[in-house]
Amino acid sequence: MTFTWPTVLPLIFMAVMGLALLAYVILDGYDLGVGMLLPFAADDEKDLMVASIGPFWDANETWLVLGIGVLLIAFPKAHGLVLSALYLPVALMLIGLILRGVSFDFRVKARAERKALWNRLFFAGSLLASVAQGWMLGSYLTAFDRGLLSLLFSLGIAVTLPTAYAMLGAGWLIMKTSGPLQAKAVAWARAVLWPMGAALVGISLATPLVSHNIFDRWFAMPQFIGLLPIPVACAAAFFAAFHVTARPRVIEAGYGWVVFASTVLLFMLAFLGLAYSIYPYIVIDKLTVWQAASAHDSLVVIFVGVAVTLPAIIVYTVFMYRVFWGKASALSYGLRP
Amino acid sequence: MDTLMLSRIQFAANISFHILFPTINIALCWFLVYFRLRHSATRDTPQAQAWEEAYYLWTKVFALTFALGVVSGITMSFQFGTNWPGYMERAGNIAGPLLGYEVLTAFFLEATFLGVMLFGRSRVSDRVHLVATLMVAAGTTLSAFWILSLNSWMQTPTGYTIVDGVFHAKDWWAIVFNPSFPYRLTHKLLASTLTVSFLIAGLSAWQLVRGTANDGTQRALRAAVTAAAIAIPLQIFAGDLHGLNTLEHQPAKIAAIEGIWKTEKSAPLTLFGFPNEKEGRTDYAIHIPKLASLILAHDINAELKGLNEFPNAHPPVAPVFWSFRVMVGMGMLMLAVSWWCAWTLWRKRAQPSIALSRWQLRALVAMTFSGWVATLGGWFVTEIGRQPFLVYGLLRTADLVADHAPGMVLSTLIAYLAVYAFLLVSYIFVLVYMSEHPAMPTPETPLSPKAATPIGGPA
Repeated sequence: MTFTWPTVLPLIFMAVMGLALLAYVILDGYDLGVGMLLPFAADDEKDLMVASIGPFWDANETWLVLGIGVLLIAFPKAHGLVLSALYLPVALMLIGLILRGVSFDFRVKARAERKALWNRLFFAGSLLASVAQGWMLGSYLTAFDRGLLSLLFSLGIAVTLPTAYAMLGAGWLIMKTSGPLQAKAVAWARAVLWPMGAALVGISLATPLVSHNIFDRWFAMPQFIGLLPIPVACAAAFFAAFHVTARPRVIEAGYGWVVFASTVLLFMLAFLGLAYSIYPYIVIDKLTVWQAASAHDSLVVIFVGVAVTLPAIIVYTVFMYRVFWGKASALSYGLRP
Repeated sequence: MDTLMLSRIQFAANISFHILFPTINIALCWFLVYFRLRHSATRDTPQAQAWEEAYYLWTKVFALTFALGVVSGITMSFQFGTNWPGYMERAGNIAGPLLGYEVLTAFFLEATFLGVMLFGRSRVSDRVHLVATLMVAAGTTLSAFWILSLNSWMQTPTGYTIVDGVFHAKDWWAIVFNPSFPYRLTHKLLASTLTVSFLIAGLSAWQLVRGTANDGTQRALRAAVTAAAIAIPLQIFAGDLHGLNTLEHQPAKIAAIEGIWKTEKSAPLTLFGFPNEKEGRTDYAIHIPKLASLILAHDINAELKGLNEFPNAHPPVAPVFWSFRVMVGMGMLMLAVSWWCAWTLWRKRAQPSIALSRWQLRALVAMTFSGWVATLGGWFVTEIGRQPFLVYGLLRTADLVADHAPGMVLSTLIAYLAVYAFLLVSYIFVLVYMSEHPAMPTPETPLSPKAATPIGGPA
């Protein structure tokens, strides 16, 4: 491959799309995780849990629009192929995201008696969206195969992705809350840690088995040594989370963020591993990045926009996280009374 | 029903549900900027509290509406791929960048600053908060700009070449500012202004009728009636220009709107009637001689092209015909009600409190959602009127649909419809509930050291 603009530009968009989806999975992952943990909290704690994600969820969800937007803009052929193959899980995810997103506002604006209903819909929407995303990932990795083994594989990811999101959510709550709710969040993190770990190992082992391509990429000699840091780092991150959640004193000393940070690290490493497995395909074994790309001229037009706005988006996202830094408190539209 | 029809209904349901909420928010955000500015300008006077109350209630409405707009908008971006993969494969080089700019510049601007605007009031300085509010307002308007540019391009495509059936951009300026875009954008922004004006006026009037009004209600009502009275004549004018533009570029759509079956000179205007597409005539029609030629071409003898000129390439007549009459009828009602109320307010402007009569308040309440009805009417005219094409004259809708089993599309359609119906009912109930409980947190005073919490939770 030669490095000219027409060959590099699709790669850049692939990277942007990957980063947007990674950002989505991590950022909306903790929102969805908090949503799934909601039924396990007491009533007054629920308000605080929702308040901890209140200022962020809109922007978090928008990363999904960017990711799918880049797929649509830069790889229109893959867009149609992927999304029409994922018709049902996409519809389920959308309904889940709709219910979750609107419950957020309805639960505090509707009359008080209805609040429990909207809390339940908040939970149901979060769970539905997470399960559907797991199903989509599994189905994508098996190249939309409808065989029994592939379906079982997709089902496996569908039921385990929610545990990973719940882990992110619990880690987020450990950072953003204190007192009894924080203690509960630690307990939740402990409860989902092992299922998540088992699921990660299971999926990592199963992926090469369902795809020969991926098997060949990982288990050949020089690469295997070069790739070894990925599983090793995963194990280290997992151990860090395990270590901190088991020791309340460490959290009291202000190291609660380690749980969230190490879960994020796990997500990033898993993403890296996936990216390595799939490259240069955008639809596994069917379409490469270059085959699926739009016309070069169109990519240039949108590249200008991305180059200008993406850094700006990152800057003001950081600004927003700074404004709402620290422990969460009740949300208010007005001036603080 | 076949997959094509089901997919079309599903997309129509999505887009119709979605459009309700941006239509409110595009202009509502500018109302909020206005309330905020008035609050800052009247600082340390008793009026400041009233502007704060208006800002507080309508921010709650804005937040709720925004959530509904976001979630239904995400649905749209996925449905391009799940149901209409052919569209992106063929027109992706042009539609892609326009959608991309919408996501990048507008969506992120809104979504990110929204957090600061809604919940950052006591965390950032007054100025930063005002900037955040302005960013959200600019973001929603930019969003409308890009989406309507794409929508207009699909109606009046220019600036492209077609190579092997795939569209390529030749001139981006011509694509973005295509012939119908300036008219459509103006028409839509005014529609949004009217929708919000009647929503604010209607709910405020409801507060006055129910006796739940606060000082902010009066100010919001006055601002809304004024905005409506100014916007409606502008809208009628802009609508007329838009119609002339459509006649030039999409004569088949105009023929369907007016029920002109055969090309004729000095065409009469059909006020009402029942379009009978099989027989090619309008049953029980009430005509006004020569008026259609006069209105559409500004010439009493002008020849108007009839549907017979567009065999197999004109939209279904009845839905376009009726939607147009609903939209225009609503516009006339808006004109009557807003001028009637504005006239009273202006005559009695010296009175400190709202001087509208009980009947005027009831009329405003009845018109609360008139903007939605008119917007959907207009939306159906323009979108159904584009059929059977997706990109006018170039790409046929039937060629671009995904080949799913009809049962699968039907099942998701039913699921979407159920969710949307439930949400729409909830939304309206909650709007009414919030207007009946407009309480906001009151500041601490020596008499009540603890701040009061508003009914229904803080945010």
